[in-house]
Amino acid sequence: MDEHRVRRQQSADHETPGESPDWRSGLVKPLMGLAASIVLTLASFWAAGSHLVWGPGVPVLLAALAIGQMGVHLVLFLHVSSGPESTNTILALAFGVFVVALVVFGSLIIMANLDAGMCGMHSPSCKS
Amino acid sequence: MTAGVLAADVQIPVSERGPSPRKVIVGYGFWLFLLSDIILFSAFFAAYAVLADRTAGGPGGAQLFHRDNVLLETACLLLSSFACAMMGLAVEQRHRAWMVVGALLTFALGAAFLALELREFADMLGHGAGPERSAFLSAFFALVGLHGAHVGIGLCWLVAQVTQVLTLGWRPKVIDRLACFSLFWHALDIVWIGVFTIVYLGAH
Repeated sequence: MDEHRVRRQQSADHETPGESPDWRSGLVKPLMGLAASIVLTLASFWAAGSHLVWGPGVPVLLAALAIGQMGVHLVLFLHVSSGPESTNTILALAFGVFVVALVVFGSLIIMANLDAGMCGMHSPSCKS
Repeated sequence: MTAGVLAADVQIPVSERGPSPRKVIVGYGFWLFLLSDIILFSAFFAAYAVLADRTAGGPGGAQLFHRDNVLLETACLLLSSFACAMMGLAVEQRHRAWMVVGALLTFALGAAFLALELREFADMLGHGAGPERSAFLSAFFALVGLHGAHVGIGLCWLVAQVTQVLTLGWRPKVIDRLACFSLFWHALDIVWIGVFTIVYLGAH
């Protein structure tokens, strides 16, 4: 019991004080993020299931909604901003997006080419 | 006091302000890890995109996936992310009770997501649509399973973090780790946006 109290006391010495006294202002961003995410998610599911949207336009609309929602998450949940403390974060993010695009689109292009070159074997997409 | 410091900062050029605050440096380091993790995911996404049509005569996505289930999973993960942000606010206030409430909500919603996903996997396996059935299903289980494994690891991490707050108190290291967990959890939600858009809504 005594030992426990001593340890508590020691840990209290190491504790850091709270950052901002106003917690209500901190609520705004997550609430906005939640509302925007709900709207965008429902829009995605609606677009995928509805016949109101022109068929070939659906994947484009879904991609736009997904990228929009990722942006909402980055800004409102992950707090990526245009401020000076975010400069390095944004540079790293840009590089990350570049590598992701290379991996995904590069794989798609290379595999489609290989697939076309394998005509005559068991390739379902071969047109000849 | 902080306002005075900020006002003084405006006068000093960025290059002369000295090192960034601890919070910014820790966040940046973990951000680099997250980006490398997202690049790992991108390889799985690429594999899925290449193999999505290779069903080998087996069932395709449109027959296997239930959109209601996916919407429920998405709701769980999004609300879990929101609860995690609330937990972050409680940590800023150094309010232990609210932090535990936020952590419990984050954990419960994350566990609900994982339970729904495992039920879906079990359902598919029961119908003979396991990862060995076709290249499409191999890629599906690899990608969605990788995300699920991340969520599972995140849940374990959250338990460890709450335990640290309760036993060690608000030490700087504990607070750093909580901030990193928060980044991890939100990043998983971003990956899930890609999963539900490409895998589930893109299925035809």
